[in-house]
Amino acid sequence: MKPIRKQRLFLIILMLAGLGLAATFALQAFNENLMYFFSTSDVAAGKAPTNAVFRLGGMVVKGSVERPNADLLVRFKLSDFEKEVTVEYSGILPDLFREGQGIVAKGQLDSRGVFVAEEVLAKHDENYMPPEVAGSLKKPAAQP
Amino acid sequence: MSWIPAPVSRFFHRTSSPPHFYALADRFIPWLTVIFLLLLGAGLYGGLYLAPTDYQQGDSYRIIYIHVPAAWMSLFIYVLMAVMGGIALIWRMKLAEVMLISSAPIGAGFTFVALVTGSLWGKPMWGTWWVWDARLTSELILLFLYLGVISLYGAIEEKRAAARAVSILALVGVVNIPIIHYSVQWWNTLHQGPTVSKMDKPSIHVSMLVPLLLMAAAFKFYYLIAVLQAAKLELLKRETTSQWVKTLLEKQA
Repeated sequence: MKPIRKQRLFLIILMLAGLGLAATFALQAFNENLMYFFSTSDVAAGKAPTNAVFRLGGMVVKGSVERPNADLLVRFKLSDFEKEVTVEYSGILPDLFREGQGIVAKGQLDSRGVFVAEEVLAKHDENYMPPEVAGSLKKPAAQP
Repeated sequence: MSWIPAPVSRFFHRTSSPPHFYALADRFIPWLTVIFLLLLGAGLYGGLYLAPTDYQQGDSYRIIYIHVPAAWMSLFIYVLMAVMGGIALIWRMKLAEVMLISSAPIGAGFTFVALVTGSLWGKPMWGTWWVWDARLTSELILLFLYLGVISLYGAIEEKRAAARAVSILALVGVVNIPIIHYSVQWWNTLHQGPTVSKMDKPSIHVSMLVPLLLMAAAFKFYYLIAVLQAAKLELLKRETTSQWVKTLLEKQA
């Protein structure tokens, strides 16, 4: 390599290293703002804002979905497998909403510690499989 | 360049001369088109007809056969552009400049397709067209980077100077690529985590994975065809006054 080219290569590497470092610091600084939602453990630990709207994500606990009245009000528990938070929502749920499904709800905590949601989004997981395979996964293993 | 074997270096010097490249592209494009059509046919047939429905999403998941390959291409093309930008800056190679600028509209197209198909899928599945989570936002920034490259190149009259400016922009923007890829792991996002491109076994059934990989390969070939066409045109525009373009035009006239 000619010296001038070596110098340009060095400059480019230096530029990329600097940019990478700057981006890392910037993202570190904004880490919390980049989180799309709080986990239920965050809420239990008091890290989530009070009297402000935020998003809460977690799995809908199996058997926790109930409709106390005849209207659209739904009450269910969200969990990250450590702490649970009760959520109330009144409105139309997305197609993928079901027990055991990950969801993200937007709303705020009320005085009872219940998360009152104004919007519920389903979070799809990264698994794709035909129904037969999903069915066979759920069945208990055959006894020998 | 003593660290590169002489025949390889000679090959690059030959191909990087515009008339050689032009003739080579002409010879390759019909073959690439045949391969592209075969892969696309197999991928679409496999994805839309043979692949089973998903246990949760039913048939809606089939949009991944466009969305995922398009999103992969949007990242792949940008990395290629950055590499071309580096080569253009270090070796001042004309062909690298041409390939860089010819790739930009194609990459922008793929990014746009990825964003639109994702949005169409998001409405029924998530319940929303768009959210400002880290994955979606960084992919949108990628679209703006592509558009920035195209407009910066168009804004500078002198094309060699324009190419140098664009090369730097392409290199600067490359920091966004790992951010897009890892956004779903570094932060809580609404977008799901990686299904195929992870160290673990892909979490997609093999009957669904094969058509996806076929489509990804088809998109790669489409990119090759499109970029060679665009590069041919760009070369003609840049070298209008040179002898090889004149002989070429006389031959075709």
